[in-house]
Amino acid sequence: MAQKRRELLLDPLVDNNPITLQVLGICSALAVTSSLKVAMVMAIAVTAVTAFSSMFISMLRNHIPGSIRIIVQMVIIASLVILVDQVLKAYAYEISKTLSVFVGLIITNCIVMGRAEAFAMKNPPIESFIDGVGNGAGYGLILMLVGFIRELFGSGSLFGITILPTVNNGGWYVPNGLLLLPPSAFFVIGLLIWAFRSWKPEQVEEREYEIQTVEAH
Amino acid sequence: MADSPPENPGFLRRFWALPTDSVPKTLFVAIALCLFASMIVSAAAVALRPQQAENRLRDKQVNILQVAGLYQPGTDIGEAFAAFEPQVLELATGRFTDRFDPASFDDRAAADDPELSQPLTDDPAGIGRQSKFVTVYLLRDDAGGLDKVILPIYGYGLWSTLYGYIAVEEDANTIFGLQFYEHAETPGLGAEVDNPRWKALWRDKKLADDSGELQITVAKSVPPAGPEYHVDALSGATLTSRGVDNLVRFWMGERGYGPFLNNLKAGDI
Repeated sequence: MAQKRRELLLDPLVDNNPITLQVLGICSALAVTSSLKVAMVMAIAVTAVTAFSSMFISMLRNHIPGSIRIIVQMVIIASLVILVDQVLKAYAYEISKTLSVFVGLIITNCIVMGRAEAFAMKNPPIESFIDGVGNGAGYGLILMLVGFIRELFGSGSLFGITILPTVNNGGWYVPNGLLLLPPSAFFVIGLLIWAFRSWKPEQVEEREYEIQTVEAH
Repeated sequence: MADSPPENPGFLRRFWALPTDSVPKTLFVAIALCLFASMIVSAAAVALRPQQAENRLRDKQVNILQVAGLYQPGTDIGEAFAAFEPQVLELATGRFTDRFDPASFDDRAAADDPELSQPLTDDPAGIGRQSKFVTVYLLRDDAGGLDKVILPIYGYGLWSTLYGYIAVEEDANTIFGLQFYEHAETPGLGAEVDNPRWKALWRDKKLADDSGELQITVAKSVPPAGPEYHVDALSGATLTSRGVDNLVRFWMGERGYGPFLNNLKAGDI
């Protein structure tokens, strides 16, 4: 049992990572990774929402009618997201200003829905909670990696502390403006997926097609 | 299950015995869950509201302190802010009015209120409707004379409306500082309006020349009027710079604070 829970927690970090393997939750990963601090708060928020929504859905799983199960899941997830949003506005106002709409968009984050539907509907509450924490952490890990690269090379700082003094502030480093824009996260995530799959070749999906070879006549 | 089910089970028992997918059970789960979730959400919203309102107020006060050059990290915000005297200003006359309580007057709500605002046809700042009344903040020096006035300004940049404050010296012509507290311009380009080095360019610039003509401009090159009316545009952010230029000129002009600044210049406020 303990072994299984350990797997539930650690598997989503690398071996079954929601972003790099399942390619879910990309939208917010593009939007909130221009600085590490924001990425960290977003990662914590998503982890909290995934863990608790999985737990509550799992507790109710035997009473959720199949015909409205997605709506029931959405109601639980949405309530938790509103709670997180309200708490951020009250206790982390500066960060909630930066995250703005993306906290609300956790509701539509495929990772939360995916875990609810794929795991919590069929497993007991404690396992579901651990699974939620694991997947949130897997998402957070990638967010932090992307945030690290984007903030260091885009603004020359980490967690807002200057590492490479930029030209705009009288230093020597010419920041890469592209890294501050959302599309750059596509490149960074793409390179990360490449790195992960070179490290663990079993993650490479099989081709769904076969390249036709022309036979010589 | 010690006791066997009664011959004629009650309504509740019959209800619980229904399969999960039956219509009454589905309706019950849906309604009960919605009621429960809405209670949790409204409880959180009500419980956290005072803290959130305080955060918003604090944020505004920090920005006013910053634009007036009074903000140091670690300052007691409430205490430092007490130095400011809020007044509700009627833009058209340039006079303060007693119609509203400055402590509770909401500028943004007023700009949407048909009673208190007017639509703009010629609208360089891109704001749609302009409130007839705004809250301004007066800062007095130790002797009680006027030191600075902090005027709210806003207008459209490239992606978003920029909201900010401009601090003007007591001569009603010298800019002390300019600061935006809310915008969504491109990070690294338009969002450089937040860069302290760019904001410092505004210090000691003049609004109007000796004949009273508004000359201040944000531009790439120095205008003929002279460098004291020129703030260098942000490189790579032409449209944001143009937006800032438009909104500053609009608010400092006849339809903005012009009448007020004239009264101030005449020493008549």
